[in-house]
Amino acid sequence: MANKAYQRVYTQLTAITKATVSLNAKGVTNDELAVVHGKLAQVVKTKGDTVTLQVFSGTEGIPTNAEVAFLGAPPTLKVGEQLSGRFFNAYGQPIDGGPEIDGEERQVGGPSVNPYKRRQPSQLIPTGIAGIDLNNTLVSGQKIPFFADPDQPYNQVMADVALRADVDKIILGGMGLSNDDYLFFRHEFESAGVLDKIVSFVNTTEDPPVERLLIPDMALCAAEYFAVDKHEKVLVLLTDMTLYADALSIVSNRMDQIPSKDSMPGSLYSDLAKIYEKAVQLPDDGSITIIAVTTLNDGDITHAIPDNTGYITEGQLFLRADPDSGKVIIDPFRSLSRLKQLVQGKKTRADHSQIMNAGVRLYADAQNAKTKLENGFDLSDYDHRCLDYAKEYATKLLSIDVNITIDEMLDTAWKLYAKYFTKAETGIKQAFIDKYWPNGD
Amino acid sequence: MKSTGKVIGIVSNLVTVQTNGPVAENELCYINLGGTKLLAEVIKVNGDRASVQVFESTRGLKNGDDVEFEGKMLEVTLGPGLLSSIYDGLQNNLTTMEGVFLKRGEYTEPLDREKLWKFTPIAKPGDKVIAADWLGGVEEGWLPHKIMVPFSFKGTYTVKSVKEEGEYNVDTVIAVLTNEDGEDVNVTMTQKWPVKVAIKGYKEKPRPQKIMETGLRTIDTFNPLAEGGTGFIPGPFGCGKTVLQHAIARQGEADIIVMAACGERANEVVEIFTEFPELIDRHTGRYLMERTTIICNTSNMPVAAREASVYTAMTICEYYRAMGLRCLLLADSTSRWAQALREMSNRMEELPGADAFPVDISAIISNFYARAGMVVLNNGKTGAVTFIGTVSPAGGNLKEPVTESTKKAARCFYALEQNRADQKRYPAVNPIDSYSKYLEYPEIQEYLDQKIEPGWCDKVNKAKIIVRKGKETMDQINILGDDGVPISYHETFWKSELVDFVILQQDAFDPIDSLCPLDRQRFMLNLVLDICDHEFEFDNYEECRDYFKEMINLLRQMNFSEFEGEQFNKYMAEINKKLEENGK
Repeated sequence: MANKAYQRVYTQLTAITKATVSLNAKGVTNDELAVVHGKLAQVVKTKGDTVTLQVFSGTEGIPTNAEVAFLGAPPTLKVGEQLSGRFFNAYGQPIDGGPEIDGEERQVGGPSVNPYKRRQPSQLIPTGIAGIDLNNTLVSGQKIPFFADPDQPYNQVMADVALRADVDKIILGGMGLSNDDYLFFRHEFESAGVLDKIVSFVNTTEDPPVERLLIPDMALCAAEYFAVDKHEKVLVLLTDMTLYADALSIVSNRMDQIPSKDSMPGSLYSDLAKIYEKAVQLPDDGSITIIAVTTLNDGDITHAIPDNTGYITEGQLFLRADPDSGKVIIDPFRSLSRLKQLVQGKKTRADHSQIMNAGVRLYADAQNAKTKLENGFDLSDYDHRCLDYAKEYATKLLSIDVNITIDEMLDTAWKLYAKYFTKAETGIKQAFIDKYWPNGD
Repeated sequence: MKSTGKVIGIVSNLVTVQTNGPVAENELCYINLGGTKLLAEVIKVNGDRASVQVFESTRGLKNGDDVEFEGKMLEVTLGPGLLSSIYDGLQNNLTTMEGVFLKRGEYTEPLDREKLWKFTPIAKPGDKVIAADWLGGVEEGWLPHKIMVPFSFKGTYTVKSVKEEGEYNVDTVIAVLTNEDGEDVNVTMTQKWPVKVAIKGYKEKPRPQKIMETGLRTIDTFNPLAEGGTGFIPGPFGCGKTVLQHAIARQGEADIIVMAACGERANEVVEIFTEFPELIDRHTGRYLMERTTIICNTSNMPVAAREASVYTAMTICEYYRAMGLRCLLLADSTSRWAQALREMSNRMEELPGADAFPVDISAIISNFYARAGMVVLNNGKTGAVTFIGTVSPAGGNLKEPVTESTKKAARCFYALEQNRADQKRYPAVNPIDSYSKYLEYPEIQEYLDQKIEPGWCDKVNKAKIIVRKGKETMDQINILGDDGVPISYHETFWKSELVDFVILQQDAFDPIDSLCPLDRQRFMLNLVLDICDHEFEFDNYEECRDYFKEMINLLRQMNFSEFEGEQFNKYMAEINKKLEENGK
């Protein structure tokens, strides 16, 4: 932050909305920070001498004669190894009672990586959850969200994934986290004894919503420090991106912008892409992988937020409660990892993709049988076997509480197929059947 | 004397400039930000105020910063060396940039200025030439690259001299021309052209005459794309848009492929430049990358350059078309370009049209599609630009402005459907909603009669009717139940499944099935229609279902086997046997 002596101070506001203030000022640079009545704000528009500032914590109580001091620079974060194990707010200030970070000051929301300098992602990220590892394998440098209704345990799943993933750093960007969830993450990280590889930037529901807009930039600025400068494998967790997008719509609305679909700003796609595209595999082993959460309104993926997200990210993991097994599962139909073929059968056993396809296909047959049952048609023997298989498949593999290695997942799948189906019914290549079909059946 | 100005307003990448001289619509300018020059384009002028869209981040810019206008529009540099390149939307060479991150204000040379090209003269002193006439040629890889009279030259010129055969770099003067006033002008191997202006320089633009083979049955057989034609692929995310487009890029029968990654994922571009240098083009036996140029403005790169990227790509195609080459332009996705226009329109506080898109979005899209086409050059040779754009409709709903505007402009429509994708029926192109207007062109029908076989279009229509009827009977079966309809309904339904599984579906990752040449497509369609013409007798619907399931499996195995190879013939024999078993 600039030295107080160089600050330009104004005391005459010309307009105030819920999220912005305007005033006449000179020499103000775009994106620069200012302090308005003790609250942090950022320049979002200049028109002639009129400058509009977005006040992160809201404009409540700001009088027209408030003191406005410009700081001369956009938001920055001090980066260094000391970030490890610390908790920060949206401005990058410690909230864990620890000391200030003494490191290099970097602007957040920096430029993008030259696409030509990227490498094709090829490192597997195992999570122990078969719904992910078996059916929707994650790869370093990937960006993928959980699509989940608000009542799904998405934060727990994400914490599990983070703690099991073989990465050097985990960076949590919490937006609109409930205080309970914040304490949950904190407790999980502490009790796992891995606090030293975790950096957290947290905005809770108690904090003003517009502050959230800084969280992804802060988290990714720290991620880039570790991935680019330190060549580390970094996993970034962003929860909940729906609340981030809601904050975007608040600001654009206050600036009188014309909304597009679902009252979201027209720039929603670019705004989200700027964040997600920070996921990268660098040539020298450093990588940034982003796992996010997008909460849905009753499973509706056509809403502008999940819709734009789906076009940007490399797949999605869909959480769903399965009434038959009583478990929360990763829905095999609506989930997708676009990068899975880069590691399946290459970094995992050769039968992986055949096992995956057979499993999902048979699960689909079970769905058809279920529809038949509901419509009052008679079920064949095959239908009955499918239904029994589906229940066990959901419990032993799709459920989010599974934690086994990929080889164990494959072996479990083979056992299930042998238990309920004939070799021909699985449709798996003969060579794999010969090698893996259990007990010489 | 160039005009200058001062910044007086900033909203994101829209900057208002107070000018002190004349400025033109779409003129370029540089904004000086503490020594870094940011490129911008004029998009609106009001009195002495110009609204400019900045092709870079405007962070740190302030009122009073200096602006210099360039007196020209956004141009691309044309010349040998464009192929195999990876450019950003403004034709900066991404491979020669330093550092991991893109730096603001860093602009790199599009062409290698040092490289020597083997030049052979075509024109002779004394020849009368006009714009786009060929003066000489160089070998760009294996392609005959023509050095032309610059497109901007007006009137007739007389060739004064042409360099003899030899190796020269792009800046060498390879010809001197004399204009009608007797003045001499030098011509080098490169020229510049404003991207938003279509390159003319041809004699006429006839209707397309041929189809462009893609090796994909759902396109070539069902809804063929013409060489010099236009098509578009709308579809929700996860329907295989990218896989389909990459398949067309790999297999499309064209001399040049230009891929414009417009606001899409960077990893998809990485996939192309990782895989294309390894893949062989089956038409020429050369590496795919040798005929490919990538223009890439990924979703996190500056929004304003997104619009430029599709125009840059189109201009490069038009340049190669003027050499008598067949170019294929793939733009993924035009929706992102439209969204970029929406963002700017919104910041300029224009009155919005539907879904907040600018009201002229339809006109902009159709003007762009109109730049594709087959042309007859001044020397009688032909060239073509075939254009396929993808559209990413919000929420997968095709009733939105970009899809609707594109539908008016493009002649082929390949509707990707969530339902088919969910059932893993790839490519998920809906056979009933999709269309190719080229099938109605008499010249294309005639071409297909000759190229494939007489009466081909009738056969295609017959297959389409089978699919449509199958869909109708399936609806009735679903309502009335399997036992509630006559067996003939089941037969009709399973015949449509046969067409679907054998002709429409194709495995993009299988080494044999992924590419199905035209003669093989002819064989398979005839075979499927013969089976459909066969008169069957079934006692009950289960028998019908099992019979067709086995039949479909045999034909699918054929698709995975080498054409007319041992396996293939074995399956053929089994099919014939199965046909003899049932009916007459």
